[in-house]
Amino acid sequence: MASSSSVSSTMLRRTLALCALVVFLGLVPLLAVAQQQAPPPPKEEEVPFWAVGRPKAGPGAQLAPVPPYPVPVAADKLPVAKIKVPPGFKVEVYVPEILDARGMRLGDKGTLFVSSNFVAGKIYAVVDTGGKREVKTIAEKLMLPNGIEFHKGSLYVATPKAITRYDDIENTLDKPKDPVLVYDKLPGVVPHGWKFIKIGPDGKLYLPVGAPCNICEPNSDEYAHIRRINLDGSGMEIVARGVRNTVGFDFHPKTGELWFTDNQRDWLTEDLPNDELNRLSKPGQQHFGYPYCHQGDLLDSEFGWGKTCAEYVRPVTLLGPHSAPLGMRFYTGKMFPEKYQGAIFVARHGPWNRSKKFAGDVVAVFLNANGTVKSVEPFMTGLVENNAYLGRPVDVLVMKDGSLLVSDDHAGAIYRISYSK
Amino acid sequence: MRRRARPRAGLPPSACAAGLLAAALLVFAAPAAAQPFAERVKLCPACHGPTGQSSLPDTPSIGGQPSFFVVAQLFLFREGRRSNAAMTEAAKGLTNDDLRAFGEYVAKLPPPGPPADPPDPARFARGRALSRQHPCGVCHNPDFSGREQMPRLANQREDYLLKAMREYKSGARIGYAGAMATELQPFSDDDLRELAHYFSHLGSR
Repeated sequence: MASSSSVSSTMLRRTLALCALVVFLGLVPLLAVAQQQAPPPPKEEEVPFWAVGRPKAGPGAQLAPVPPYPVPVAADKLPVAKIKVPPGFKVEVYVPEILDARGMRLGDKGTLFVSSNFVAGKIYAVVDTGGKREVKTIAEKLMLPNGIEFHKGSLYVATPKAITRYDDIENTLDKPKDPVLVYDKLPGVVPHGWKFIKIGPDGKLYLPVGAPCNICEPNSDEYAHIRRINLDGSGMEIVARGVRNTVGFDFHPKTGELWFTDNQRDWLTEDLPNDELNRLSKPGQQHFGYPYCHQGDLLDSEFGWGKTCAEYVRPVTLLGPHSAPLGMRFYTGKMFPEKYQGAIFVARHGPWNRSKKFAGDVVAVFLNANGTVKSVEPFMTGLVENNAYLGRPVDVLVMKDGSLLVSDDHAGAIYRISYSK
Repeated sequence: MRRRARPRAGLPPSACAAGLLAAALLVFAAPAAAQPFAERVKLCPACHGPTGQSSLPDTPSIGGQPSFFVVAQLFLFREGRRSNAAMTEAAKGLTNDDLRAFGEYVAKLPPPGPPADPPDPARFARGRALSRQHPCGVCHNPDFSGREQMPRLANQREDYLLKAMREYKSGARIGYAGAMATELQPFSDDDLRELAHYFSHLGSR
């Protein structure tokens, strides 16, 4: 060890000295050229897309997206003891150290598929091998592969640019087949380009195309809508317009209607607008307000002039200012008490563009018999501490036994919530 | 000497990389997982300088970089998402705990100081104007000290700043959150040179 390191350090020094000399000589003419050139013309002011409209001074000027850490929290350091759930419910760590865990889908044979976004760029498969859960990476180096869906043996993966399909995936986890292209008629841009996808009771694949900005007025045929396609990529129809950035939806277990969360604009004020839960009752005919009207009753300060909120569909309920509601699922399991039947669990990621952090939780939305919202109640809380996040829920999944999984891309973990009397 | 060197200007970077790789392969010849942090950390100064201030062309100073940034870059090297022969080798087999340890170690090294040569006042002024038109300090802090996944730019080596910005702009380097490719599109190559000159010479006059 000692001799090998002294040999290598001598070699390193020689290499470095040589590099320094040759690169310096190479740079001299470049620098000389640079100094002779005319000054550049001024460029118009640009900021990152998320910072457009941010306050120029004061506490607001310091707000920026909360970046997930590139290393998941170690299994024994997860804040499971701090998480609160209603009496009778229990929280446990289901999968620790799964970096950037985002969307979740269950395969027919029990494989848990987990997507990720910019940090990991991977698709994972969690396999239960006799009580021990193993995380396999089945695809990697993907661009924002947030959207996944499992259907008839195939895993669908959506990036901002394309939807692809991995056939017979549960039998090929160790060596998946090459993905088949399903659909790529997408803008492919990064802002709000990451997707949530789901196949509806009509057998069509639903996908959003978000607004390519915080607040702007894009062509509604191209952006800020939800569309559906046949599973071969044909037959595209826009089913809902005026949708800024939905990262979670589900179909009502009885009516089949599409319900979706939507993240509203940034930087208007700390407490407005609220993010939304919406219900699509007439596919292809409804506009949900963006960029003209937010939260059903607040005209936009720039694009709302000459409009009225009555022109747009109101949300069924508000979910808090900048609370970032993402994945949602109707509860159809048998484990939880009767009152949860048909209720909606919504994962709220928690705001980045608000001084006081909150949410970072899962709420339960209870419905009346006529489909209106009865109440929104906290379900899984305790992940906000000292105005920072200990975790940020992204998606929820009802397991076959009726327990609920919650993914957390901040700590890199999946929790399981169960109930017993 | 110079007449001989100039026609070969395209060769040195690859020769340099090959030399570094050979050295790195020797250094990291032992099974990566077997090398504890304490052994590996001794290798950083060879390229990045004894206190984290690099005197090696195209090689960054690392002192005072935010720990998050360091962890993120080592993560990208380990995952094969950032490419550099020596660093790819260095990051092989690093555990998550190793990444955290390197992050803490590097963040505690002193930030680099300004270079010995004074700035060209006109270029410095143009660089400063560019950095305000497109407000780099929004993310990198008004004093360009960096925070979270965004690196310290102040007094980084001028050649390295230019190299990094060119790689981001061309898409050769994606970075952690993927923002820089978009952010740099409005800049011409001349703009990047002036920005590099400005950031590298901050506080030197």
